Amino acid sequence: MSRRRSSPGSRPRRLLHPGAWWAWAVGLAVVALRTTNPLLLGLVLAVLAYVVAARRSDAPWAGSFAVALKLGVVVIVVRMLFPVLFGNRVPGTTLFTLPSVTLPDWAAGVSIGGPVTAELLVGAFYQGLRLAVVIACVGAANSLCSPSRMLRSLPNALYEAGVAITVALTFAPQLAVMSSRVREARRLRGRATSGPGAFASSLVPVFEGALERAVLLAASMDSRGYGRHGRAPVRVRRAAAALTLGGLVLCGIGAYGVLDASVPLVLRAPALVAGGLALAGSLVLGGRRSDRTRYRPDPWAGEEWAVLGSAAAAVVGVIASGWAGSALDPSVYPLEVPQLPVAAAVGVLVAALPAWVAPEPPSLASVAAPPALEVAA
Amino acid sequence: MIRFDHVTFTYPGAERPTLADVDLVVPEGELCLVVGTTGSGKSTLLRAVNGLVPRFSGGTLLGRVEVDGRSTEAVPPRELADVVGFVGQDPAAGFVTDIVEDELAHVMENLGVAPDAMRRRVEDVLDLLGLHELRHRPLATLSGGQQQRVAIGSVLTAGPRVLVLDEPTSALDPGAAEEVLAALTRLVHDLGITVLLAEHRLERVVQYADRVVVLPAPGRPVVVGEPGVALADAPVAPPVVELGRLAGWSPLPLSVRDARRAAADLRARLAPLAPDAPVASPARPRPAGRGPALARVEGLHGGYGAVRALRGVDLELHAGEVVALMGRNGAGKSTLLAHLVGLRPPERGSVQVGEAEPHRLAAREVVRSAGLVPQEAGLLLYHDTVAAECTAGDRDADLAPGATRAVLDRLVPGVDPRAHPRDLSEGQRLALALAVVLAAEPPLVLLDEPTRGLDYPAKRRLVTVLRELGAEGRAVVLATHDVEVVAEVADRAVVLAEGEVVADGPAREVVVHSPVFAPQVAKVMAPEPWLTVGEIAAALELPAGTGSAS
Repeated sequence: MSRRRSSPGSRPRRLLHPGAWWAWAVGLAVVALRTTNPLLLGLVLAVLAYVVAARRSDAPWAGSFAVALKLGVVVIVVRMLFPVLFGNRVPGTTLFTLPSVTLPDWAAGVSIGGPVTAELLVGAFYQGLRLAVVIACVGAANSLCSPSRMLRSLPNALYEAGVAITVALTFAPQLAVMSSRVREARRLRGRATSGPGAFASSLVPVFEGALERAVLLAASMDSRGYGRHGRAPVRVRRAAAALTLGGLVLCGIGAYGVLDASVPLVLRAPALVAGGLALAGSLVLGGRRSDRTRYRPDPWAGEEWAVLGSAAAAVVGVIASGWAGSALDPSVYPLEVPQLPVAAAVGVLVAALPAWVAPEPPSLASVAAPPALEVAA
Repeated sequence: MIRFDHVTFTYPGAERPTLADVDLVVPEGELCLVVGTTGSGKSTLLRAVNGLVPRFSGGTLLGRVEVDGRSTEAVPPRELADVVGFVGQDPAAGFVTDIVEDELAHVMENLGVAPDAMRRRVEDVLDLLGLHELRHRPLATLSGGQQQRVAIGSVLTAGPRVLVLDEPTSALDPGAAEEVLAALTRLVHDLGITVLLAEHRLERVVQYADRVVVLPAPGRPVVVGEPGVALADAPVAPPVVELGRLAGWSPLPLSVRDARRAAADLRARLAPLAPDAPVASPARPRPAGRGPALARVEGLHGGYGAVRALRGVDLELHAGEVVALMGRNGAGKSTLLAHLVGLRPPERGSVQVGEAEPHRLAAREVVRSAGLVPQEAGLLLYHDTVAAECTAGDRDADLAPGATRAVLDRLVPGVDPRAHPRDLSEGQRLALALAVVLAAEPPLVLLDEPTRGLDYPAKRRLVTVLRELGAEGRAVVLATHDVEVVAEVADRAVVLAEGEVVADGPAREVVVHSPVFAPQVAKVMAPEPWLTVGEIAAALELPAGTGSAS
């Protein structure tokens, strides 16, 4: 994973627009959502890993991909464990039989234990793998650009919501640091560090600490002008915010509709288009209230288009495969050896192009090791 | 520039006002230092400048606070962002973004500064504070001094005319503190920014101040004046000022340089009386010999996660010695202490405390062999009242009821048993945490940055306590940046750098000739190896700390 390709020629190192990376990751996630073919899913995973290894920076958040992979393994295991324990009984090749428990009549639909079939396991594995690959897509996007950079690119009308989300994102890690400190402090007083009593009595100091930090942060943000009312009239500000939020909701519904064939037609492309229009409107309004500015907005250049295009190719490939009737969802009953759908596979391979096309990120932590946390308790 | 007009402020539920009838004018372009004991309202005064008090604290503020002609009553802090830059005690707690450059730009984005002006100002501030090499670095990877400079930069880009700083150097090692102060003086001298700052470590800042505001004990009027005059009988004063008081110099010296020029006579008088380094002075008789070894660290490697904080540390701690553990922020001091109480297992090498390896012991057994007071002493306290805390301390360590309270009374007599630990002063809270740790009678006592947030009288009490602990035959280790306290209390100094021991020896030898770790008195008296005002007073047979609180 630490392999880093040197770029051809000497292109300047820069960070790709976060929107391009997220679009790329979303594209691959769409591919993953439309298939349970383990070969195609494996290919998506390989492409993700290759691009992340080639183009991630050395910032602290670059480790998210590895975390996402671990989480994915857990998801697969859990997904396979559930049908084994509470499986819906399907006929097939029985691998082994678990002792079954007879439940009373009122729980008639549920069974515990019983025979475990190969079909059951393989089906669960496909489903779990699909979810794991989607998680890996999100992890890859996080590795390639920090989530707060993505939020920085939000339209002006959502600026404050964006900052609030950024702050919320830092809350969980802080809570973790705080609770480990409190646990250490308990040990220093000679008390047990595990058990329900220890957990209950450490809740108060943990939340106290986290809240105190939140208040400090709020004070710091306020004294740095966060939430200033600009000169734009209240009506314009509200209209812009409403349009943005409404547009995002419509886009979300539309995107879901495009993915799920059971959604009524009106909630597919039309919703997507209406949402896009609302967002455009909010941008125009937001642009008029020029009371807030952006520092070095990320440029959107040819490289961004190329990355976006590679993701589009992957999506087009998987849709084409679907139309062509290729094995996007290999049969589980009866079990069959999955075939690689050619168009989808080519599309996913095209999505590996960012490993060469995207600019190399500048070195962030080039100076020495980070200082030890000032912790000790 | 800043005007306090009969300001009285009371926190909600408090009986007495924290600020009583404060009248204060800070003219443009001054560096004004706020001085006072803990709990005298320094932070409250600073936070009132841009209206964080009372808007973020609650409470009632009577009177009027004006900055640049704008009243904080009329507008919230955010509308004052272009006039007042406020940097709190913990810079990292106030960061909003995760990259240095973005953090600097955040305030300008809020103010709506034009993009090209923004770029120019970011470059200016990067140069001004020497941050250009760090511009793309994630904030989480910066050292304490760098974070503090970024925090200052992040308000400076708004082009404020007033900068308010709460304890900007307290958490920093001497080197990092120098960086921050150099940046500040540059701002005052080159840009004419008005700076109002509070700092416990007067020895670091007083020489740069144009004026000093002394917040006195409750009920007395605020004293404002030239540093030399205002400090003449302030309850807190840095060592050079105390030396000046002792020697009767007038005007009082504020910097090592001033004092050195005045001290030629004194040096000559003291030359024949010089303490025979490294043997201790009459003020601090050295224990006859080293006691038995209480703890032994051999070839210790360890750290937090991916951070290698320690790379092969060898150390032996003996009964009856007070050891100062020094070094840069992040040099591995805290990690070493954590290993000594078994908070984490060594990666390589070994740690022996008494007969056992601390990380293999149950918590209950560790507290009998080694006790650690962490940097935030408050973390050790979780009960509602001091009395409940003491009872819990007795129970945790299987002691007779009242044992912890007895220790506390020895450290600081007369702490109200009904008070909430949070409402105690820093010094009292530290004493309570120390009492909880000491109640189990551990032979090895470890303290991490115990003097952070302590004023001079509280530090003096701590020094007395630590010496007593040493005299009782315990080994005391304090990890600290505070060279003045090291000079007062340590027998031995150990300097860590990059996770290795780079110096280990009698405190006097280690400290006197180091330009970074030498206390002020040592710098004034060099080449004679004097460390503290107390030693000199004893040698001259004068009462120490004339006119001060001790």
